[in-house]
Amino acid sequence: MMKFATLLRKPPEWMLLDGPHRDIVITSRVRLARNLDGPAFPGFAKKEDRTTVMQELQPVVEGLPEMKDGFSEDLGGLDAIRKQVLVEKHLISREQAAKSGGSAAVINRDQSLSIMINEEDHLRMQSIRSGLDLRVAYAALDRVDEELDGLVKFAFHPRFGYLTACPTNLGTGMRASAMLHLPGLVLSEQVNQVIAAVNKIGLAVRGLYGEGTEALANLFQISNQHTLGEREPEIIARLERVIEQIINHERNARRKLVEDQPHKVLDHVGRAYAALRYAHILESKEALTQLSMLRLGSDLGILPSDLGRTIDTLLVEIQPAHLQINSQRKLGPEERDVLRAETLRQRLAGVPEPRPESLQPPVDPEPPVI
Amino acid sequence: MQCDVCKQNKATVFLTQIEKGKMQKVNLCEACAHAKGVADPKGFALVEMLHGFGHGEKVATQPQERTCPNCGMTQTTFRKTGRLGCGACYQTFGEGMDQLLKAMHKGVRHTGRVPAWAKVVGRDNDRVEDLRVRLEEAVAAERYEEAGRLRDEIRQLTPPETAV
Ligand SMILES: [Zn+2]
Ligand SMILES: [Zn+2]
Repeated sequence: MMKFATLLRKPPEWMLLDGPHRDIVITSRVRLARNLDGPAFPGFAKKEDRTTVMQELQPVVEGLPEMKDGFSEDLGGLDAIRKQVLVEKHLISREQAAKSGGSAAVINRDQSLSIMINEEDHLRMQSIRSGLDLRVAYAALDRVDEELDGLVKFAFHPRFGYLTACPTNLGTGMRASAMLHLPGLVLSEQVNQVIAAVNKIGLAVRGLYGEGTEALANLFQISNQHTLGEREPEIIARLERVIEQIINHERNARRKLVEDQPHKVLDHVGRAYAALRYAHILESKEALTQLSMLRLGSDLGILPSDLGRTIDTLLVEIQPAHLQINSQRKLGPEERDVLRAETLRQRLAGVPEPRPESLQPPVDPEPPVI
Repeated sequence: MQCDVCKQNKATVFLTQIEKGKMQKVNLCEACAHAKGVADPKGFALVEMLHGFGHGEKVATQPQERTCPNCGMTQTTFRKTGRLGCGACYQTFGEGMDQLLKAMHKGVRHTGRVPAWAKVVGRDNDRVEDLRVRLEEAVAAERYEEAGRLRDEIRQLTPPETAV
């Protein structure tokens, strides 16, 4: 199996690939909730029953062909910082990180699949892809689900579907989501309208970082609310259609910004460049905001086009647990802000200065080359 | 009272939160409460909704409250946490859940993927459901002979312990 150090060092596959609409959609994720037929759900089970379920499921999950040479660990065997690293990498949930014994995480080698054992349900399986690629993410997960279906008996009811601890996940047990970078809609103050419209049609929007409605780094996660009453492909198709519309809105907003307020755009990108390359103290909030503007600069031609990938990596690497694990000790908030600035200066050292003359409105993506 | 978000539906969920040192009151309809994630992870509005359904029966005065025979989950705990204890809980508490599920989901009936073991059973259940609709129609139209025949057919397809 893969060691934690390898998992930490190796960038996940989605960061290395350029999925569809990668300029706006960072990742697509699909999650399935499943429970065994019989034993109590993890939240209500006695400790020994939870352990029994884990001992039954962990070898089964590890034995899946997709999990070959992957990572598998009892959360009781990981310290708080290591668990937090997995959260920051989007591989386990915050809820699972809060658990100690009787809960495990199994992650495949390229970090595109992660399976949590005894989170809120016996199994929470997740597939993650670069760009807007929900169908492929679902297909990968559906294969795993099918394989497991032949090995264990899932709790299922003909009317309610897959049975889950919380009725909000009932039915398909599926939550599909995409992480969108929407600086154009935020800068042009249209994002709240878009969120309201999306909420109205039964989809959820939340900021990826920050509390409540705050969306640091202009990153938004859009997901289905309903899991019962619609087939999986229908849920995904509907979500995808809405996301494509949001992408169009974002492109139009960027186009309008470039045409009407080029100085505003150049100013944001220039300030972000200066702060990230030369600051010595950077709080998380500021770093995220500036990285968002740098990414916009790259999307609009002012900065190198391959910078986006570095930025997506940095969004994860400047999180508290990543900073602490890399420095191999626990750090106070001030120390972290210094280390965050240092990390950013180093990683962005080779980036050339913004070229205002190259500012160009977004072009609609070319059809894929066959 | 109107919902503060959609300004359309009747508000049924009332929240008080402290934001930037100021107390704020928000009134939401069920749909918006759910969309805002209020209903989601900690089960706040969920509890409200759970209290909402099946009102009339007072839990405290019930001498024998409904309990899941498989895991021991009680109606009171279920209502308090909004979480079920095991798969079999849906047999015990599922009956009164339609209203709750309607507020949460697109429909109240699963139409998606089915595990291999449930496929044969599933077909029978679809048939039972179909027969039940026809039974209701027959009763409503006072076609008692047909109703009796349908009832027998349903009985054959549903052993008492798996009846849904
Ligand atoms: Zn409303
Ligand atoms: Zn139960």
